[in-house]
Amino acid sequence: MEAVTKLDVEAIRADFPILQRRIGDRAIAYLDSAATSQKPVQVVEAMRRFTEHSNANISRSVHTLGAEATEAYEGARARVAAFIGAPSANEVVFTKNSTESINLLAYAFQNATLDPHADPRFRLAPGDEIVVTEMEHHANLIPWQQLAQRTGATLKWIGITDHGRLDLESIPEVITERTRVVSFTHVANLLGTVNPTSQITARAREVGALVGLDASQSVPHIPVNVAELGVDFIAFTGHKMLGPTGIGVLWAKADLLDAMPPFLTGGSMIKTVTMERTTFADAPAKFEAGTPPIAESVGLAAAVDYLDKLGMENVRAHEKELAGYMLERLETVDGLAIVGPRVPIGRSATVSFTLDGVHPHDVGQVLDAEAVAVRVGHHCAKPTCDRFGVNATTRASAYVYNTHEEIDRLVEALGKVRKVFG
Amino acid sequence: MNLDELYQEVILDHYKHPRGAGLREPYEGESHQVNPTCGDEITLRVHVDGDTIGDVSYDNVGCSISKASASVMYELVNGATVDDALARLAEFTELMNSKGQAEGDEETLEDAVAFAGVSKYPMRVKCALLGWMAFKDALVRASTPGRTEA
Repeated sequence: MEAVTKLDVEAIRADFPILQRRIGDRAIAYLDSAATSQKPVQVVEAMRRFTEHSNANISRSVHTLGAEATEAYEGARARVAAFIGAPSANEVVFTKNSTESINLLAYAFQNATLDPHADPRFRLAPGDEIVVTEMEHHANLIPWQQLAQRTGATLKWIGITDHGRLDLESIPEVITERTRVVSFTHVANLLGTVNPTSQITARAREVGALVGLDASQSVPHIPVNVAELGVDFIAFTGHKMLGPTGIGVLWAKADLLDAMPPFLTGGSMIKTVTMERTTFADAPAKFEAGTPPIAESVGLAAAVDYLDKLGMENVRAHEKELAGYMLERLETVDGLAIVGPRVPIGRSATVSFTLDGVHPHDVGQVLDAEAVAVRVGHHCAKPTCDRFGVNATTRASAYVYNTHEEIDRLVEALGKVRKVFG
Repeated sequence: MNLDELYQEVILDHYKHPRGAGLREPYEGESHQVNPTCGDEITLRVHVDGDTIGDVSYDNVGCSISKASASVMYELVNGATVDDALARLAEFTELMNSKGQAEGDEETLEDAVAFAGVSKYPMRVKCALLGWMAFKDALVRASTPGRTEA
């Protein structure tokens, strides 16, 4: 493990021009990185340079620009693979976002189920079970729920304790010999819980199920190594990790990608085509139909470079400190209740809360008037809201560029909310 | 941003003391509306008595804007003729779509003119219209016998 050093937050902030943006007469305190992160100039510059200098479509062009674009795109793939410890760049599939990555998997099961010759690992039948958790973002719930409905499989889930942790004691009952796939969130987007993975992956292995992670909220914030995690797949997205929107990643083991039928079909994903039949290219091309997000891949590679330079252990340490500070300060606000773990252990710097008697929409509006940007609503995790008996929450989330002062401003602005609605 | 413009005294008063809240019998039309972006919800019932809105009753969860708007709407449409109620609906919808350009006619819209400031905040217009949408839908259902389910 690399030695942890403190992030030079002032230097980092200088790379993010948007943090100078003023809302009214105050500089913005951006505490909404769990929704989307801001982008450093290095990312914006890399994309601009590529677009101005090397833009072309990839793969089939023999001209210089086409070759440069292909090299940039495949280079980005290799860069991302190295960042998550993937043994081969060919195990990295570029998608539009995490949602598409998970749909790609779910549709592999669905398409295989319709094809008697498909790999049996992906063929589902009534009685088979799919397992998620109660703390999923809708992106890792609805694709599986719909897959279950269409195939007759049963969707099961691991519940949440009152403290906002997974009910790990229920694992043996939830994951059974009938379980075919387990897909669970690494870091919960509403609760901020960092889930321990080993018990779930071990149980999945024991029953012969495939197992993977929605890593949308983990890859940007903590060191993630797919080999160490011992999972079969992970999904994450570029825009939450300092990169651009429009590009996401599915990493899956090579033998699984080989066995999976394609999701989207069309250009760039074929070997041969006649009017009657098509044979498909090898992964990852098989899953990248159509012109992919090329400039975005360049931006994502620059984001990965940026994070690597900071060091993911340092990023984790910085956020752990901010999480502790945020929890401690928020607990001093009258009528505020944290939804999720109340201690900064096994938790991210994403903190959801309710304010007694004030709807989150109103909280968010008053905070905006104080130039504090947070997210309000159900955060695409309605079952989590239901579990805690709340309709919506206010959520503050920190990243590499956030400071203690910004958390102070959040707390101060929550005092204003009290004044308006007191 | 001018918070006072959005959270006018009259809005906060309706929010804290909603008029006509609670679900009541009889009713001919019921509607359930949700705002999927924030999870605000309202169940609203309409009782039509001849040409008149005999009662509007509702149960809702939501932000100050959506709750106050439902309360103000109750005062405007309850006891009004169906035609007048529909005219208020059209007027209020127009005010909400005005992007801060309209002030609203206090003669007809009464307390609802306080929402003129809301129309500058596109994220909140939906909140202000939620109750009205439920009213419109419930009224349609009331005039379509046998269709009271949301």
